[in-house]
Amino acid sequence: MITIIRYGMQEALRRKVFLVVLSLTIVFLGLFWVINHFVFRDVAHITPPEDVHVDSRTFAGAFMFGLGMFATLFLGVVLAVFLTLGVVSGDAERGLLQPLVVRPIGRAALLGARFLGAAAVCAAYVLAVYFGAMLIVGGTGHWWPDRIVTPGIELVAAVVIVTALSLLGSVVLSATANGIAVFMLFGAGLVAGLLGSIGHALDSHAVKTSAAVAAWVLPFEALYQDALRQITASTSGVTGFLLQLGPFGGAYIHGWGIRLWAAAYLALVAFGAALVFARRDL
Amino acid sequence: MPAALAVSGLVKRYGAVEALGGVDLEVREGELVGLLGPNGAGKSTLVKIAVGLVRPTAGQAALAGAVAGSLAARRALGYLAELFRFPGWYTADEVLLLHQRLAGSDGGAEERRRLLELVALADARDRRVEAMSKGMQQRLGIAQALVGEPRVLLLDEPTSALDPVGRRTVRLLLEELRGRGVAVLLNSHLLSEVELVCDRVAILLDGKVVAAGTPAELARPRGVEIETDAGLETIAGAGREDAPRLVAERVAAGRQVYGVRVLTSTLEEVYLEKVGGATS
Ligand SMILES: Nc1ncnc2c1ncn2[C@@H]1O[C@H](COP(=O)(O)OP(=O)(O)OP(=O)(O)O)[C@@H](O)[C@H]1O
Ligand SMILES: [Mg+2]
Repeated sequence: MITIIRYGMQEALRRKVFLVVLSLTIVFLGLFWVINHFVFRDVAHITPPEDVHVDSRTFAGAFMFGLGMFATLFLGVVLAVFLTLGVVSGDAERGLLQPLVVRPIGRAALLGARFLGAAAVCAAYVLAVYFGAMLIVGGTGHWWPDRIVTPGIELVAAVVIVTALSLLGSVVLSATANGIAVFMLFGAGLVAGLLGSIGHALDSHAVKTSAAVAAWVLPFEALYQDALRQITASTSGVTGFLLQLGPFGGAYIHGWGIRLWAAAYLALVAFGAALVFARRDL
Repeated sequence: MPAALAVSGLVKRYGAVEALGGVDLEVREGELVGLLGPNGAGKSTLVKIAVGLVRPTAGQAALAGAVAGSLAARRALGYLAELFRFPGWYTADEVLLLHQRLAGSDGGAEERRRLLELVALADARDRRVEAMSKGMQQRLGIAQALVGEPRVLLLDEPTSALDPVGRRTVRLLLEELRGRGVAVLLNSHLLSEVELVCDRVAILLDGKVVAAGTPAELARPRGVEIETDAGLETIAGAGREDAPRLVAERVAAGRQVYGVRVLTSTLEEVYLEKVGGATS
């Protein structure tokens, strides 16, 4: 188990996955800092009209941190996908997998080890970027989210689910096709999330329903939305209402129901991946 | 004592393609069996089923008495795939270390050193796989298959990339392994090699065994050649047991006999006869 986890990490190191992700992250965080710097400088000069009770600093802070969380999720997903996209089919096509699979470790443990390794790296990474973004918003704008830890954990869970989906995909699809498929799912989830916001703004039942279905089918999206909702959990009034309308407005499906479902979903995907892998000819 | 490898009624279909059409084969302990056949005959498919990479459509395969692919079976085997690759950034030593861990071998550095020496890679211990020639990688693959002292060795064209010296090294290695009681199934297109080293041979054609036996059994007599003062004479259809009589007849007829040779077909001739011109 440990051997395979190490094997996976060495592979990632070699393929320069970490190098690319690290450089991209540094670029992102740098850019994020610059943007925050200017946004909060300008916000200081904006005075909303007397009759609109908007706290512009809270609004800007929540909006910017929402953007940061989106970027965290996106970068986390990129890392997860590139760590796992070719673990089965890709490696089997290249002849890397066969010598490992015939060893006593067995297929399920092999897949499990690759999952644990990738999930651990992604979790550490997501938390680092999440808290990095939080420090940047807090440092430049003196705004801190209403909940500090839970949204981060929800983002981690979202990325872990994507990791599992990508591993499942790698059992049935070639590496390239799998990469495309997972990113498409991810994109579909984001669109569904935006659709949800729009649906609630327009109060359209049909749009709301389809967004809700999408959230249950792709719970990583629901977790991300729930995380967004949490950062302004105690922000009320017009500020909260306006934030809800925006792209980082947060979930309409939330709470323990979706969290438990996400956990069950993860187990189902992992179980499915192991089952399909066990029966696959290599 | 169960056979090291036993397959019976083995069928494998890939969609409409029937790769194996009911194959029976046995490899006993300490026996070296060669599997021959044209491209696409099903040799690799058979080996992949034996090591649990591929699931049979019908029939049974057992390794060391355990169902192929089961934990007990995987513990007993060493396998070299036809197409394989090791991570390019691993050194020869690290590849073996990885497989020692996966195979649960406690042979340590001593085992790794010995295996690299066996395949004449002692000097390449710290060389990265990506910096190795194809033949070196194949020899490393053979060393990898031997990690943990497997009881059953399945080698799918282990010498396809080797030079003549490398082939000889592998041949001697296989003979040594047989001496230690290891069972070996060897896929190969190199008939002379198989003839030299294998105890038994099976020829596959279109997923079926068309001939099986020891090389000597397969190589049927083709006649006796006698050289006399009247020239070279070939008596077709005659065998070894006919030779004394044939010589006596010539002598009685006043001929000077200079030489007698019993002609047997080579494995190559048997192979070509069984397989015809088939290749796919
Ligand atoms: N994954 C697969 N999908 C579909 N058909 C396959 C697959 N693997 C093998 N086959 C088919 O099964 C048959 C047997 O293939 P196999 O690789 O066992 O032949 P082989 O005897 O090892 O040939 P070679 O000497 O070329 O290595 C071939 O017709 C091949 O096309
Ligand atoms: Mg083959």
